[in-house]
Amino acid sequence: MEAKTKDLWVLLETNEDGTAKNVGIELLNPGRHLADKQGGKLVSVVIGYHTDAAVKEASTHGADQVIVVDSEEFQRYTTDAYTAALAHMLEKYAPTSMLIGATPNGRDLGPRLSCRLGTGLTADCTALDIDEASGNIAWTRPAFGGNLMAVILCPDHRPQLGTVRPGVFKKPDAGEDKAEIIREDFHVPADQIRTTLLETIREAAGEIVDLEGADIIVSGGRGVGGADGFKIIRELADALGATVGASRAAVDEGWITHSHQVGQTGKTVGPKLYIACGISGAIQHLAGMSSSDVIVAINKDFDAPIFGVADYGFVGNLFEIVPALTAEINKAKA
Amino acid sequence: MNILVCVKQVPDTNEIKIDPVTNTLVRDGVPSIVNPFDGYALEAAARIKDDAPDTKIVVLSMGPKQAENALRECLAIAADKAYLVTDRIFGGSDTLATSYILSRAIAKVEELEGAKFDAIFCGKQAIDGDTAQVGPEIAEHLGYPQVTYALEVKSAEDGLHVYREAEDGKEVIGVQTPCLVTFTKPSFDPRFPTIKRKMAARKAQITPLTAAELTNIDPAHAGLKGSPTKVKRTYVPPRKEAGVVIKEETTEASAHKLYELLSKSHVI
Repeated sequence: MEAKTKDLWVLLETNEDGTAKNVGIELLNPGRHLADKQGGKLVSVVIGYHTDAAVKEASTHGADQVIVVDSEEFQRYTTDAYTAALAHMLEKYAPTSMLIGATPNGRDLGPRLSCRLGTGLTADCTALDIDEASGNIAWTRPAFGGNLMAVILCPDHRPQLGTVRPGVFKKPDAGEDKAEIIREDFHVPADQIRTTLLETIREAAGEIVDLEGADIIVSGGRGVGGADGFKIIRELADALGATVGASRAAVDEGWITHSHQVGQTGKTVGPKLYIACGISGAIQHLAGMSSSDVIVAINKDFDAPIFGVADYGFVGNLFEIVPALTAEINKAKA
Repeated sequence: MNILVCVKQVPDTNEIKIDPVTNTLVRDGVPSIVNPFDGYALEAAARIKDDAPDTKIVVLSMGPKQAENALRECLAIAADKAYLVTDRIFGGSDTLATSYILSRAIAKVEELEGAKFDAIFCGKQAIDGDTAQVGPEIAEHLGYPQVTYALEVKSAEDGLHVYREAEDGKEVIGVQTPCLVTFTKPSFDPRFPTIKRKMAARKAQITPLTAAELTNIDPAHAGLKGSPTKVKRTYVPPRKEAGVVIKEETTEASAHKLYELLSKSHVI
């Protein structure tokens, strides 16, 4: 496919109520930088149902143009409907590049779309820039569980596609609501959506674990010693308004459910603060949390690899320091 | 039911070390394993076979000849047959080229087996590349529906019922067959091979598929040349500077210091 414009697109994924998911707004931040360097417009592409709030949010956060597909079949993400809609619009407008949030849906959609368009996709990027020599986007992504970084180019195919990890970029500041809005009347017939949602099994109230969206995570590992040991982890998390995470070791022992697991076979997280308690820091765990802004490690073994990524370290008994820290926080709040 | 499971042989990332002098990845002597997520896909197929013993499980891999070891492990665990796509001209393929080659190899395997696959199972991603792209791209090449992040699959009258991880819990998705499903880590452990199966796997025939057999592949879309993405450079991320070690007279004093440091950095 040939690009017809130098525009940069950002997909704005929506929730079922039509509001914007954070990552699609965050990506307007690096999107602005790339669009300016490419010499094109920054375009937010909104797909969903009853999306007025999302469209406005894109407009006030810096998009030059918002292209909207708003129809009932897009209320819930399906691979078939979203791929069809985006492939249609990318073919029609032919921008030079597009960013997609590396959410579970984004990572389901991205490869399907790149294959349909016969172009390259770089997954789960953590840094974006323009390669000065060629003018292509330089997509930087981790591999080998974060042990190796690779810079990828897509020189001869358009659009250049990439998924970008949520939480890496900050939302741009809100400003004027002035984007040009284009409404695309696009529909997908029901018989072309080949999957059906049969049942939703929500976690019980209080059991919803939103690690990816958390600002603060307090995680426990093998050093916690048992399911009972998570009590002090939960208390610290409650004091901080944090989400409870866990290492694979703690999950494998059955002390806490897999929905709490951080790391290569769990969730990849990037909170403002990550407190690792009794976690040694196996490579697989570090892969899931090392992009956190501030990391605190609490471990009795000074040689534990977790201290290699920590900003603040405490060597000692977690059963003493964790409750003491909880008390400090509660004292400050009182 | 006929199920094809795609597997990749990967270096055991547990064993990967960084050379402290050159700051590069040390890959020599790192053992190879079956990508764990592919192991979950194989286990899901094996569970279907537990319920319906006439199920046939075929495993397919692409890689150098030594990837046969990964396929033998799958044969020992649950697979009935194994194929290895192996040819130097396929080397350097990115995910799009890899998925193209595999989708054509699947057509060839169906021809050799004399039957179509009802379902193609893959791991959600390989632990070396971490892209999670090859599964959905195979589905697109074949024109099949896909379900990603599956935990378990049950055979149903109208296709498959897939239990998958959703953002706020779990959901059950009905999908018509033929389809492609990618698997994440379930709550149960994959089975171990029996001694008997292990011995049989050691002697089993693994059918190689080279470019000479895969005449349905257009070389322009395979290998380095057929790959739209190019690796410009790789580097080992710089190590973080040593953090602040907190060590006050008492635990309470340390907790107080830590609290102050965190408040100052505006994270709490």
